[in-house]
Amino acid sequence: MSQPRDRLRAAFRTALGLAGDAAVDDLAYRAVPQWDSVAHMQLVATIEAEFDIMLDTDDVIAMSSFAVACTIVGKHGVAI
Amino acid sequence: MAWRSEPPLLAGRAALVTGSSRGIGEAIARALAAHGADVALHGLHDPEALTAQAAALAAEFGVRTLALVGDVADPAAVKGWFQTLFAQWKRLDVLVNNAGVMEGALLGMATPAMIDRVIDVNTKGAIHVLQAGARLMTRHHRGSIINVTSILGTQGGAGQAVYAASKAALLGLTWSAAKELAPQGVRVNAIAPGYIDTDLVRALPPAVQAERAAAIAMGRVGTPADVAGVALFLASDLAAYVTGQVIGCDGGLRA
Repeated sequence: MSQPRDRLRAAFRTALGLAGDAAVDDLAYRAVPQWDSVAHMQLVATIEAEFDIMLDTDDVIAMSSFAVACTIVGKHGVAI
Repeated sequence: MAWRSEPPLLAGRAALVTGSSRGIGEAIARALAAHGADVALHGLHDPEALTAQAAALAAEFGVRTLALVGDVADPAAVKGWFQTLFAQWKRLDVLVNNAGVMEGALLGMATPAMIDRVIDVNTKGAIHVLQAGARLMTRHHRGSIINVTSILGTQGGAGQAVYAASKAALLGLTWSAAKELAPQGVRVNAIAPGYIDTDLVRALPPAVQAERAAAIAMGRVGTPADVAGVALFLASDLAAYVTGQVIGCDGGLRA
């Protein structure tokens, strides 16, 4: 089983349609064309499914970068 | 519903029907359960009665049920129901946005409190529930959302401006959500019932009831089961290519 941070990286790559080796740690919302509002909701669904959690609407709105996503996922009990 | 399919049309599906303690919502919940769906019932109050209703439905049809109590106008309550649904079933395949209040008043007599309540429940409540439901559905790239509007929302009616406005808003909600969620495999449709034999319309004066019944081309008042049949179709894969539609269920009534 991969580490949670690696699973989150993979979720970002899958949801945003990025290459398998793309760097995501510095990604920010709308900083790349792939991370638009539609992809953002897909990203939320992918993260929720990956970690079996349910994000709040406030989390969805606040998730503006990979770093913030780490914090949010951690808030829901994932040791990341 | 008298007919059956094998395997059941909705086997393995999880559904939530708001406002399902009685009337149209209860009939829809029964129809979904009768065709194999696990069903979460919802009511505004009386958790004991709703829990008993859920247990009876589970025993009759051999499906899982939940009882969710509270006000759709309260976003915190709605959030709590979906946390429960997620914890218990991990999924939602069918959402029927049916909870509503019907309060009639001439334009000059609609109070701010009455306007707020009708819009809060019928419109904002439906949006809260749809928002949360769509989030659960998009995880699995499948789902059917059914908004129960009204013929008053599609045609209007004297003395029903506020109620009609609250239900007309669901048309825009349906069309917009259908477009937004289609790429994620979630269908969104609406049913516009006409004059249906429920507690809400039985409370109308007899003269009004008679006048409305006389305007129905098919010559009879509708039943909750009539509406449930349309909901069952929209909930199932029979409607797999149907989204963004408003289906009248009114026997040819012209409001």
